Amino acid sequence: MQFSEAWLRTLVNPSLDTPALAHALTMAGLEVEALEPAAPAFSQVVVAEILSAEKHPDADRLRVCQVDVGESSPVTIVCGAPNAAAGLKVPCARPGAKLPGIEIKVARVRGVESFGMLCSTKELGLPGDAAGLMVLPEDAPVGEDFRAWLNLDDTLITLKLTPNRADCLSMAGLAREVGAVTGTEVRLPQIEAVTPTIEDTVPVQVEAADACPRYLARSVRGIDAQAPTPRWMAERLERSGIRPLLAPVDITNYVLLELGQPMHAFALSRLAGGIQVRMARAGEKLELLGGQTVELAPDMLVIADANGPLALAGIMGGQPTSVEKFTVDVLLEAAFFAPAAIAGRARRLGLSTDSSHRFERGVDFAATRQAMERATQLLTDICGGQPGPVVEAVADLPRRDPITLRLPRLARVAGVTLDADQVARGFAALGAGVERHDDKLIVTPPSFRFDLAIEEDLIEEAVRLHGYDAIPAQPPAAPSRMLPQDETRVADDHLREIMVGLDYQEVITYSFVDPAWETALDPAARPLPLANPLASQLSAMRTTLWGGLIETLRHNLNRQQERVRIFELGRTYAALDQQPVKLGGIAYGSVTPEQWGSAARHVDFFDLKGDIERLFGAAFEGRASAHPALHPGQCAEVLWEGRSVGQFGALHPRLVQAFDLAAAPMLFEIDIQALTWRSLPRHAGLSRFPQVRRDLAFVLDAQTSAGILLATLREAAPPAVRAIDLFDEYRGKGVPESQKSLAIRVVMQDTQRTLTDQEVDDVIHKLVEAAQRHCQASLRA
Amino acid sequence: MRTPNEIVAEALAAIHGCADLQALEQVKAGYLGKSGQLTELLKSLGGMPADERKTAGARINEAKQAVEAALKDKRDALQQAELDRQLAAETLDVTLPGRGLSRGGLHPVSKTLSRIQALFHSIGFEVATGPEIETDFYNFTALNIPEDHPARAMHDTFYLQSGELLRTHTSPVQVRFMQKHQPPLRIIAPGRVYRCDSDVTHTPMFHQVEGLWVDESVSFADLKGVLADFMRNFFERDDLPVRFRPSFFPFTEPSAEMDIGCVMCGGEGCRVCSHTGWLEVLGCGMVHPNVFKHVNIDTERFVGFAFGLGVERLAMLRYGVDDLRLFFENDLRFLKQFN
Repeated sequence: MQFSEAWLRTLVNPSLDTPALAHALTMAGLEVEALEPAAPAFSQVVVAEILSAEKHPDADRLRVCQVDVGESSPVTIVCGAPNAAAGLKVPCARPGAKLPGIEIKVARVRGVESFGMLCSTKELGLPGDAAGLMVLPEDAPVGEDFRAWLNLDDTLITLKLTPNRADCLSMAGLAREVGAVTGTEVRLPQIEAVTPTIEDTVPVQVEAADACPRYLARSVRGIDAQAPTPRWMAERLERSGIRPLLAPVDITNYVLLELGQPMHAFALSRLAGGIQVRMARAGEKLELLGGQTVELAPDMLVIADANGPLALAGIMGGQPTSVEKFTVDVLLEAAFFAPAAIAGRARRLGLSTDSSHRFERGVDFAATRQAMERATQLLTDICGGQPGPVVEAVADLPRRDPITLRLPRLARVAGVTLDADQVARGFAALGAGVERHDDKLIVTPPSFRFDLAIEEDLIEEAVRLHGYDAIPAQPPAAPSRMLPQDETRVADDHLREIMVGLDYQEVITYSFVDPAWETALDPAARPLPLANPLASQLSAMRTTLWGGLIETLRHNLNRQQERVRIFELGRTYAALDQQPVKLGGIAYGSVTPEQWGSAARHVDFFDLKGDIERLFGAAFEGRASAHPALHPGQCAEVLWEGRSVGQFGALHPRLVQAFDLAAAPMLFEIDIQALTWRSLPRHAGLSRFPQVRRDLAFVLDAQTSAGILLATLREAAPPAVRAIDLFDEYRGKGVPESQKSLAIRVVMQDTQRTLTDQEVDDVIHKLVEAAQRHCQASLRA
Repeated sequence: MRTPNEIVAEALAAIHGCADLQALEQVKAGYLGKSGQLTELLKSLGGMPADERKTAGARINEAKQAVEAALKDKRDALQQAELDRQLAAETLDVTLPGRGLSRGGLHPVSKTLSRIQALFHSIGFEVATGPEIETDFYNFTALNIPEDHPARAMHDTFYLQSGELLRTHTSPVQVRFMQKHQPPLRIIAPGRVYRCDSDVTHTPMFHQVEGLWVDESVSFADLKGVLADFMRNFFERDDLPVRFRPSFFPFTEPSAEMDIGCVMCGGEGCRVCSHTGWLEVLGCGMVHPNVFKHVNIDTERFVGFAFGLGVERLAMLRYGVDDLRLFFENDLRFLKQFN
């Protein structure tokens, strides 16, 4: 909300300068967003009249003007403006004037002395047409200071009002608030009832009395709609961000700004029968001001006549009954529409009006008639016309029940005891009724406050008026209890640190992605679509982190990065109750940064698998698997507690091409549930007896996986076997075609005694036999 | 026959002339070996009369010791020379860079989140999390934002076609946590939130940290104390000015906005603080009784405060980042500045 400081000061004038007033407003919860001078600084500019304008003897485009600046004799000014002509009133900068960017001096222009400058709006830093001199109205007082005449020494104050403070959406409300906060007297305009001079009335029938508990209508006949809007009114409207249009409309807007009561004027001759206030009927349509036609819903309140809806109540009037230049008779409306009956409707229609903004938040239901009288007075003063009597329909208005504020509760919530008398005075200054009973205040809120209903509302007001800054900031006292530290839980941050140690850079990508990425990575993916995405490439909730990671890879490759290792830890989205947090990553480019001491090599499947093993802190069970985004021969799934919790592998060549990459990135993604729990370590005792190592080289079918052989051996191993690990894979000379050799290290140790050669041989025999039986593997000769 | 002295002189000369250990061993054999000159001399003692034998024996032994000592010195010297040679050969240019992987780094938003969590953890706040796809109930209704409330318009909500929404703040976690836990409770809830807004100063996704403290005696003064303490520790500035302004959030009352003195200009006024000297950093307030009612917490017995702060904003101020959008472009040249 924007308003003129000068206007506010006519209603309440605390002895604070502009920054101090702004600070007081901000600290009272009416946040000042911007302070802007009504006009840039300039000095010594007066209203002047051009008496004559002759062509310059030595310049075709210049004119030599004799100008009346309000002094005994005219002054000579050379002017280049095309519209300079005798009889025009214009702003004139006198010698010594300071304008934005220039200082005016007496100067010789092509041989003629010029005593000042006639100004365009641009030269004064004012809005408007800059093509020629700024033309002032005929009644502009020659010689008067231009700034003073236009009240330019004013500040436009923009407030960022919170939705609970509808009562401050008017100058009267702001004045009341400033009065309460600064302890200054408030002088609101005196409004008196206008005496009707005609008998005309329009019957009002309110069907929807819950939605419209009060409706006032008054006919005014014989107005001159084209009467000029007075300059003071136009100026206040403009400084509040409203463009003056036509006097009757300007007047209703003015009352809205001054008193906070949205009003409407209908062209009376366009009405058919009486006014009905009712809910819209299915299928009804209305052409709004500005020409947009909207379809009305049954929960929308309308003002209608015998022929149908005329206006969207509390939101916007209709085009067919709007007041125009030649309108002679009008029907003024001032009503109280219940916030619940208006809220949300405008937004649903894509509208937001000054009227709906106020009605949604609550308009003073006790001041409806005042607003009607004020508007009538202004209308008859400015446009003439004969007012009729006010027709009023009233039903159940909102109640303002007394609320009890327990002072000890106030002290408990605030953390400090506030002075009870001061609190009571504060409520009174806000217009509330206050009674004190021992340690309680009984507060009856005023009709214009829609945010005071329960004790907490009063606590907030009491603390607000006391000043938030006056409440001490105290370190809270709480029992010193330690927080539980579950040692079996691995924090997300710890996983991040592991990835950092593995040379991956963390990234954070959007949770919504291009659905095309999703289906490219998995044709069966059905990502949840957003109903109102910002853009189509941000329209589907990701089911995998890979889309964002590949995009990040591409983004960086396009910026001359050659080695990209990134990870993200975040949610993926399948449904409301299924939003698993996953850890995913990409490795691309050289396995190590380019360096002198080791040969460059592109990162491969086993580099990635090693990273994942280090992430798990141990070998995990990984088995060959299929994923549409991964190379069918370089794809594995991660098994944890028998469950598949992730995949890793090389990007499918088809996608490498589709994403326009020079090589296949290695990708992984793991549900972090599998990573965030570990068992509590338990010491198992150390054996004092020597351990025995035997290396076995098995020859087996090249298609049989190492995993199967290892699993077979581990399964068959008796307790004395401590470890079975693979340390070499070999194919080629000495091993038959289509076979391979796997070298296995077996470590044995007993906790009770030294193993005998015979026992060791028995174990080895058992292992070899199992390998033979289950994997058709034989010992290499 | 030569005298021991002559033999010693000759032996010392031979030892001196040795270039390596092998030559030295040969010299040793020539004098001290089975048939070495000094050994032979010793053997000859047998033929001497007893009185001469004693003196001659002593002289030969002296000669032997002298040769052995010279041998040892020479051996030590040769070994030292050999070691020196080896060390010289093995000397590296230690200024060459190390080998292997480099180190990755955390995203600045993650770093900031960790820092926020650590500070609150140090005074007893535990971390709680909640879903990002939320229901209208948890995101709005349970937080005292009924249907059609004007506050909903301020939230620019993303909806799913299924009717659910992307949480617009981390406040729903409060409700979910209080449904399952009775006070006293002290939690922070970090995470992603979403608003359909995108321009120079808004990204459609960003991070918040929600905080909640509910106990029998928690006051507005405590709220101010905790948050002032947090900001001063976060920015490591004991003299950081803070102020609280009345504001409005449907789920807290009284509600406040917290400002800190601009950390970019020290309160002098700059572009970042719009020349006000103040930066708005978080919203907070005392938990509204309607929120407690939704989760069956006795409003007479318990009081609480809650706050929600924007993580990117704090990260920008802390690290001097001047464009919010950089956080989600994930340009490695940007990200690596925080490693």
